[in-house]
Amino acid sequence: MDDAREPEGGPESNVRYVRSVVARMTTPLLPDDYLHLVNPLWSARELRGKIIEVLPETGDAATLVIKPGWGWSFSYQAGQYIGIGVHLNGKWHWRSYSISSSPADSSSRSRRRLLTITVKAMPEGFLSEHLVRGLEAGTIVRLALPQGEFVLPDPPPAKILFWTGGSGITPVMSMLRTLDRRGTMPDVVHIHAAPTMEAALFRDERLALATRHVGLHLIENFDDQHGILDVDRVAQVCPDWDAREAWVCGPAPMLAAAEQRWEHAKLSRRLHLERFSAVLTTSAEGGCVTFDASGKTAEVDGATTLLEAGEAAGIQMPFGCRMGICHTCIVPLKKGMVKDLRNGAEYHENAGVQTCITAAAGDCVLEI
Amino acid sequence: MAISDVATFAHLSEADVEALGREFDAIRQDILESRGADDAAYIGRIISIQRRLMVAARLTLFASGFPPAWVAGTAMLAAGKILENMEIGHNVMHGQWDWMNDPEIHSGTWEWDNTCPADQWKHSHNFVHHTFTNVLGKDNDVGYGILRVTSDQKWHPVNLGQPAYNALLALLFEWGVALHDLDIVSIRKREKDPNELKRQLKGIWRKVRRQVGKDYIIFPALSGPNFLTTLSANVTANLVRNVWSYMIIFCGHFPDGAEKFTAEELEDETKPEWYLRQLLGSANFEGSRFLHVMAGSLGYQIEHHLFPDLPSNRYPEIAERVQALCEKYDLPYTTGPMYRQYGQVLRTIFRLSLPTRSVNPAPDSPKPRRATPDELRSHNGPLAPQAAVA
Repeated sequence: MDDAREPEGGPESNVRYVRSVVARMTTPLLPDDYLHLVNPLWSARELRGKIIEVLPETGDAATLVIKPGWGWSFSYQAGQYIGIGVHLNGKWHWRSYSISSSPADSSSRSRRRLLTITVKAMPEGFLSEHLVRGLEAGTIVRLALPQGEFVLPDPPPAKILFWTGGSGITPVMSMLRTLDRRGTMPDVVHIHAAPTMEAALFRDERLALATRHVGLHLIENFDDQHGILDVDRVAQVCPDWDAREAWVCGPAPMLAAAEQRWEHAKLSRRLHLERFSAVLTTSAEGGCVTFDASGKTAEVDGATTLLEAGEAAGIQMPFGCRMGICHTCIVPLKKGMVKDLRNGAEYHENAGVQTCITAAAGDCVLEI
Repeated sequence: MAISDVATFAHLSEADVEALGREFDAIRQDILESRGADDAAYIGRIISIQRRLMVAARLTLFASGFPPAWVAGTAMLAAGKILENMEIGHNVMHGQWDWMNDPEIHSGTWEWDNTCPADQWKHSHNFVHHTFTNVLGKDNDVGYGILRVTSDQKWHPVNLGQPAYNALLALLFEWGVALHDLDIVSIRKREKDPNELKRQLKGIWRKVRRQVGKDYIIFPALSGPNFLTTLSANVTANLVRNVWSYMIIFCGHFPDGAEKFTAEELEDETKPEWYLRQLLGSANFEGSRFLHVMAGSLGYQIEHHLFPDLPSNRYPEIAERVQALCEKYDLPYTTGPMYRQYGQVLRTIFRLSLPTRSVNPAPDSPKPRRATPDELRSHNGPLAPQAAVA
């Protein structure tokens, strides 16, 4: 069964075969349902991880060192994010965070196979607060596999611009570490903005990287000393920005400004953005949503998500990140049409829809 | 006689019924808002105990040729299966634990250690039985299509065999449950969609194959020379589970005082009236905390029917509030020791095997107490005292 932990090692089909044979004995449960009672990480049914360490970074940020259990795949790309589920007050709450460790680290046999995420406690963000200050080593969390398009290709482009704000630095930190470990650091300009010098994440490590790699140019902006860094200043401090492949991650206004500037220069293709909050732009027509199992209905407008509508109607809706990335909230659409509030994409009968970012486009029936 | 209007039966004014409905809603809201870590820990603990019991039972039964091992293994296996079906499976599939947002303990994903596929159970039980509770012709759980459990059901010579059918149903309960959603009555009447029937039979077959394979082939085979003794242990454990769950479930709606209803009651039934029907149609039994857990908390059948999706570990505290409401509104709250409740069920089944219309020669079932002779005369609808003498 140890093979399950190393999918790229042993032949995966053998593991599957053994599992299916043992499952004949444990039916209707899976072998995992018994094994995780022995060791919480011995289950691939819901991916699990153990918090090995909580390392304080700045005043309100901490790095969580996680040892993933069975079924985890370390074949992620630098820049991707994972879902992390935390058991709090009896409920599993899910959030998504960029991986800050490098896949180049975890694939080396000499190091323990761990991964890290770095979390900043947000005001009023009860979960991020809990992750930074309330989590103890040994806690078992749930995990969702790495995903995301905000990644660094291998080999990397010759000229790179990283522009990060606040905790938006985490995916880029994974990229910088990967370039460092693989020894493929090209010509990189990294502009990072933080409220103060003390609040700047990974500062010592970045300075150390910059002294080690002549190609890495660090530009720091501390809002209290230098004022807010806007896109014009970025163009000033990095005059050849338009000759670089750019990765930008930070608060929503910063992303919007970057998007506009790159679009204006007809360089959108070279701009990579990571958003951590769904931008709900369109609205649907609204309508009457029927929840099939209970027969409950709700009249909703086109800006109310199906998830909100269901919760308001007292339906036990599955939920996760509530921003359209973790796919925990998917519910089959039985009848009617719903719209993705981020981009207006339409979903029809029999589709599984993410209720947290879709709204009714006319009357519809959800199978829950 | 079956009730066609719950409010009239309970002698409550429309305003009283509304007020009662609000009180039930308030109980529900309080529990919803106070669900938390303790509740999650409860179900986690029960699941963990159940799985450990199963592992211990299976391991012990590898030595089933040794009689004490046979007894201990069979007892643990039966207990594990009872816990799984009753306190865990039944309640998880009601969605009592969905709020934890844990896909491993969720009504959408749970499959139980029983020959009945979860999806069919959720239809026949959660939907049909819990919506149309005790409504004649609508709720197939009233006699399960083979027993005459109320004098409202017409007698047929076939009913003479009731005591025997009852014993068979008890022994083969899991198989009865597996076939229940097929709705034998509608098949007999040729109203059943053949495609739906085929789909359901396929589901049952898949489930049966796995269950039978595990209990009657794989584990006996793994016991090697103890094949036959392990087989007999597994058969016994399944029988014990069958008889136990049959008893618990029959104590829910068939003892004296658990009323039946006509389809008329469903017309324009409001939510408060629905609550009232659940209250009048269900019966509790009393016992220790251990008995209640092994009964899947169905000793709190009344509370379970009022709030089927609230966590079962909260039923004891809900029961106190429901009883207080029954006092306040002068409503019956049917309960008693388990042996008495089941004794009444048996008596009803035996008596109704004959064409008699009298179930209860010496009525001791609780009745609405607010009725006065004047009120009785002024009502046209069927009333409880008439039911008792009819």
